[in-house]
Amino acid sequence: MTVDLTQFHDAFFEESFEALDAMETALLKLDIGSPEPELINTIFRVAHSIKGGSATFGFSDIASFTHSLETLLDELRSGAMPVTVALSDLLLKSVDVMRAMLRAVQAKQPIDSQRVSDLQFDLEVAIAKKNEPVPAAAAPAPDTAALATAAGNPAPGHYAAEHDIPPAKSPRWRIHFHPYRELLARGNDPLRMLRELAALGDLEVRVDAQMLPPLADVNPQDCYLAWALELPGDVAEDAIKQVFEWAEGDCDLEIERLPGETEDPAASAEPAPAAPAPTASTPTTTPAPTPAAPHAPPPAASSAATAPSRPEAVAKPEGSVSALGDSGSIRVSVEKIDELMNTVGELVITQAMLSQLGSHFDGPEAEKLRAGLAQLERNMRELQESVMRVRMLPISFVFSRFPRMVRDLAQRLGKQIELKLTGEQTELDKTVLEKIGDPLVHLVRNSIDHGIESPEARVAAGKPAEGTVHLDACHRGGNIAVEVSDDGGGLDKERILAKARARGLVGPNDSLTETEIYELIFVPGFSTAEKTTDLSGRGVGMDVVRRNVKELGGKIDVKSEPGRGSHFTITLPLTLAIVDGQSVAVGTETYIVPLISIVESMQLKATGVTRLSGHSEVLSFRGDYLPIIRLHELFGVEPRSRALHEGLVVVAEGDGRRVGLFVDDLLGQQQVVIKSLEANYGHIEGVSGATILGDGSVALILDVPGLIRAASMLAAA
Amino acid sequence: MSTNPVERQQGSGSGSHQVLTFVLGNETYGVDILRVQEIRGWSAVTKIPHAPAHVLGVLNLRGSIVPIVDLRMRFALERAEYTTVTVIIVMSVNTPAGRRDFGVVVDGVSDVVDVNSAEVKPAPELGSRSATDYIRGLVSVAERMVVLLDIDRLIGRDLALSTGVDGEEALAASAA
Repeated sequence: MTVDLTQFHDAFFEESFEALDAMETALLKLDIGSPEPELINTIFRVAHSIKGGSATFGFSDIASFTHSLETLLDELRSGAMPVTVALSDLLLKSVDVMRAMLRAVQAKQPIDSQRVSDLQFDLEVAIAKKNEPVPAAAAPAPDTAALATAAGNPAPGHYAAEHDIPPAKSPRWRIHFHPYRELLARGNDPLRMLRELAALGDLEVRVDAQMLPPLADVNPQDCYLAWALELPGDVAEDAIKQVFEWAEGDCDLEIERLPGETEDPAASAEPAPAAPAPTASTPTTTPAPTPAAPHAPPPAASSAATAPSRPEAVAKPEGSVSALGDSGSIRVSVEKIDELMNTVGELVITQAMLSQLGSHFDGPEAEKLRAGLAQLERNMRELQESVMRVRMLPISFVFSRFPRMVRDLAQRLGKQIELKLTGEQTELDKTVLEKIGDPLVHLVRNSIDHGIESPEARVAAGKPAEGTVHLDACHRGGNIAVEVSDDGGGLDKERILAKARARGLVGPNDSLTETEIYELIFVPGFSTAEKTTDLSGRGVGMDVVRRNVKELGGKIDVKSEPGRGSHFTITLPLTLAIVDGQSVAVGTETYIVPLISIVESMQLKATGVTRLSGHSEVLSFRGDYLPIIRLHELFGVEPRSRALHEGLVVVAEGDGRRVGLFVDDLLGQQQVVIKSLEANYGHIEGVSGATILGDGSVALILDVPGLIRAASMLAAA
Repeated sequence: MSTNPVERQQGSGSGSHQVLTFVLGNETYGVDILRVQEIRGWSAVTKIPHAPAHVLGVLNLRGSIVPIVDLRMRFALERAEYTTVTVIIVMSVNTPAGRRDFGVVVDGVSDVVDVNSAEVKPAPELGSRSATDYIRGLVSVAERMVVLLDIDRLIGRDLALSTGVDGEEALAASAA
């Protein structure tokens, strides 16, 4: 029986790419000089798990490269090597190379081996340098060295028994079981597992007690033993795997089929179950002795560790425990989630129908029925909320790629740039999230390449030498607004116009408004960059940005001020987003006010309101005077009462202004899904979207800044 | 449900196509059956502010928010009470911004009839063109005159009223 490993490839690639992202982020956060151990551990774990995975799948180039990287990282981790700028650059380059390799393998294309081996050489050099007399020479020996030596020539006594096993006549299973120390603490009992194995067939057990410390040092909660086990070949492999099912990740495990006389050994050799897990090691790997080693490295550090010809694929158990395997998430296809959402949506309406029906019943059982229905309603709501949250991801998933990009570009262009990220927690639908990335990359690149001037030019213009690129995301008017702004030179109107005229896009005598001129940059093939860099200026970009944004049903606006910078706003409709809302009643209508814009709700006294000259009413609130917006007037709804003291006032804030919204009543707070009104209708000032209430009816979600605008327009009219 | 402009043009070209007819007052109107998403009974709508009077509000149609237009009011007919037999026909409309769903309130749905395109007569020019440009033609079915509606133009006009710029584009595009 052979497991088809290719079925795990996708998961491996996906996890590896994510892990590389994490590694990159950690690298960027790394302080030169005084690195945080946790960050180094994160970086190390990534390299380690990619190495493990690629070795398992036979991507030997990747495994070999990551191995060198891992060795270097280990030096960092042990503190034997300081983190320098050069080193951090080297590591970032390694991330790129690993990504490129993974992509190449994924696309079944050849790896750019020159690039890989060049960088690998750099890594080796960096490792070798460490062993030259630097202050770190006195540091404890690198544990990789210890492992390498140990793995290279198995210590005497280690599996001595292994060689005693007579060559099997019939196929047999050989199982190497090396629990990590924490195995017991994680609730696994090796004894129980051995008993289970013994139940499968004639079990041969050899124990490796090599790592057992002197009795005085034994921690009774740690597992120091390892086992070599053999089972008859007729035992099902699955059955064996099942025994170790719970110990995966807590041990190094190899299940090997020893060929019988007729069997081809190559065909039967199989890696451990759950191959993608970083702990899995290839059958050819000699497992590292025990996890104890890294923490107590023998002093016999040898410079052999740095020799490039060192045997590959030394399995190292440490770090892998907390690696990707137990990140606590699973991958689910979006279609499945959508299906789930739709079903839940229908359920909610059915439940609401049942609740209404339930209220008509009388009799002794009716009370119980209603209690049950109330329970159902609560559960439904929770279910709905959870399902909806599944699809939403914070925009930080997209933003996180920018620190690296900005750093690299700034370095390459000799500019000083600070990247500001705000609103990273703004949640938006995964599909939108995935498609917004590339347009943003284009915009940020443009800002850095064309927008921000060189430090000298900035200083000459009286600006700080360091330019700022600001990325911001927020929910605005039922949309997600993502803004990319810079404090650079701004768009050069004259040059854009001149270029457009030269290209015949604009007639020589046409006069264009500012907005029209800015529009020109979105024309395919249009670029004003005087020299084409590899970043931008090739005329692809802005038209692609516009097209991508349009495909999402959004729009992009440009504002620019010469010398002060430019400001791009991408507005995307929310196909799906959730808002915490307060339901309010106005007449027979229900509206949702986003909780985030509510300051306070209160009842007014008949005397609490001042009428300013003319019409507008003002309410005194904490020393401020706030205009009152009567929602019923603004929306043309018949209210229950027009007297302010008979209703309630919701003090809300938007665009830095506060107003009092006059409503009839507060109904309740709930999370609502924002549905677009624009999908089938159009934009309504003061309304950001709509939502479907539990009873299937529609409620409008208010947009406080929009309401304020609408009300002031009404007042001005 | 396939509803692209090509199909519509084929419909108005040659051969016969199916038309859903419905009643409004004394008149019978027809729309291309391929545009009809579903027919449902009247239920209360949620009002939307600043909408044209004939846009009654919005309804939840299996998770999406669909505006509802009262065709009686749209055609300046006398208003009728909404009763249990009042019907909403949900249709899809092609706009430059993509497909949009709209519900129209009518007095009742009559029939699905085959209309031979050759028999469709253009609407007579009466007064301003804009008053009748949403009429694709007239056809008589079983002694009755059926007014065939071009819902893209009919609803495109509503979009123009409700969304400003987008709608103007829609109108310009649909008039082109």
